[in-house]
Amino acid sequence: MAEYQGNRDVLALLKEAQEKPGYLAAELLQQIARDCRIPVGHLYGVATFYGFLDTRPVGRNVIRICQSVPCYLKEVDAVAKAIEDELGIKPGEITGDGRFSLHRVNCLGACDHAPAMMVNGRVHVDLTPSSVIDILGEYR
Amino acid sequence: MPEERIVLRHCDTIDPEDIETYLARGGFKALEKATGAMSPTQVVEEVKGSGLRGRGGAGFPAGVKWELCAGTPAAQRFVICNADEGEVGTFKDRYILERDPFSLIEGIAIAGYAIEARQAFIYLRAEYHHLLGPLSKAIAGIRERGLLRRPDGSELDIQVREGAGAYVCGEETALMESIEGKRGEARYRPPFPPTRGLWGQPTIINNVETLMNIPAIVLNGGGWFSQIGTERSKGTKVFSISGDVRQPGVFELVMGSPLQELLELAAASDTKMVQIGGAAGRVLPGDQIDTPLSFETVLGAGSVIAFDTTRDAVAVVLRNAEFFAEESCGLCSPCREGTLAMVEILTRLSRGEGTDRDLAALEELGRVMMATALCGLGQAAPNCVLDTLQHFRPDYESKIKHLAARG
Ligand SMILES: Cc1cc2nc3c(=O)[nH]c(=O)nc-3n(C[C@H](O)[C@H](O)[C@H](O)COP(=O)(O)O)c2cc1C
Ligand code: FES
Repeated sequence: MAEYQGNRDVLALLKEAQEKPGYLAAELLQQIARDCRIPVGHLYGVATFYGFLDTRPVGRNVIRICQSVPCYLKEVDAVAKAIEDELGIKPGEITGDGRFSLHRVNCLGACDHAPAMMVNGRVHVDLTPSSVIDILGEYR
Repeated sequence: MPEERIVLRHCDTIDPEDIETYLARGGFKALEKATGAMSPTQVVEEVKGSGLRGRGGAGFPAGVKWELCAGTPAAQRFVICNADEGEVGTFKDRYILERDPFSLIEGIAIAGYAIEARQAFIYLRAEYHHLLGPLSKAIAGIRERGLLRRPDGSELDIQVREGAGAYVCGEETALMESIEGKRGEARYRPPFPPTRGLWGQPTIINNVETLMNIPAIVLNGGGWFSQIGTERSKGTKVFSISGDVRQPGVFELVMGSPLQELLELAAASDTKMVQIGGAAGRVLPGDQIDTPLSFETVLGAGSVIAFDTTRDAVAVVLRNAEFFAEESCGLCSPCREGTLAMVEILTRLSRGEGTDRDLAALEELGRVMMATALCGLGQAAPNCVLDTLQHFRPDYESKIKHLAARG
């Protein structure tokens, strides 16, 4: 129970720490570990487990495009292709200017408005190969 | 049977940002009744008598879980609301949270009273980040009004914990690891959460929709609830329907309603097959749409994906297999290796490079995973492979050269 009394929201802690630099570099994790008295190995284990935590650099804007079946049925692959062509990157890559990185993820819970993607903390729905290009323009 | 609204009864009739509109419609009367006129044990009895079963996929009787938890001596007990909603094709919890956070909070407060907990958590998936603010605001408003204080002076604290993008964290023990700030790896069971859960303390964990039923059960009685639905599936179910339909969305139907009714509400046509229960769910062929939807038949968390006659079963199954290969937490080998092997075989098949042995290998692999995987993820991953092999074998055989030539 002592554990609970002192409980802190580790995921929130790491998400917050990653906000500015974009990812959790080894030095950053070490610093958090010291400040919060949590073993660094533990933090590293957590940081590598979750899709929304990154231990390697990502773009300033993180695009997560849904690849699950309901979106697949609504031609999400064409939308993904439009993004890849526009940005010149494949899933897992970062644009040369560091503005975007692209990731394929599973169901975002927006299948009633498939196809869907998430950019940073925001979900965009009812995408088409052309609408998606306009949406990317909103992110600098 | 028309749509029947118990869970969604306040959706679109109240303003989710204005608690007054909820109070004006009788909001918090159930909590008042529970804490004012009933003992915790009576609340548990009512929920038990209702026959309410969990809506997150596994269908465990809610009252039995609560009773077990309440009966376990402990310094502290916890309530967790599972708002991780990761089942592919489900969005009903999102729909509920967007439209009526109040009923959920009232349900959580009643659960907390029933098991005498002082701390509750709502585990919200990171993909629903847009709901974090509104939900926290709704909780704060309710707390300020003193609605979470109990006659004995104690108060329930409700915290929202946001996930970080891991499907397996919807599994109850992985979710608890995650709240504790660890990697979301499933725990070996027993012990089960009602006796040893969060931080080792007795814990009830329920899905959003399960808890949404609680206020109505307390107000109208478990007996009322148990009159609705089928023998072993009481009440209603909230379905999320998507795919090849003209009106995708959320519909609440009495348990046992035929699949056909849902397909009609969503304006489906030329249906070849329907997957029920997400990537891990069962696949029904189009000639079985008279199947009633209930725990006795097929249900899951209520994800229904329709496929029309232009779709190829192997392409769909491959997508699902890729999903499992990615989301496997990697702890047990049947799941870790099995999901990868499935992707490999299905990829080969979909390229038209399959062999005779592939179909038998898929079946064998499926059976082994079902029998030996550690948690529900690996156990259920083979469902859609085995179902489509049974109902749509020609889709597979057409991808094996000499069989295709023969066919
Ligand atoms: C891999 C996996 C993922 C799950 N995901 C969810 C989920 O997203 N939401 C949910 O409510 N239950 C999910 N469950 C079921 C939970 O483990 C648990 O049974 C449920 O939260 C209990 O609540 P209920 O009895 O009210 O349904 C999942 C189970 C497994 C095996
Ligand atoms: S499948 Fe893409 S949002 Fe659900």
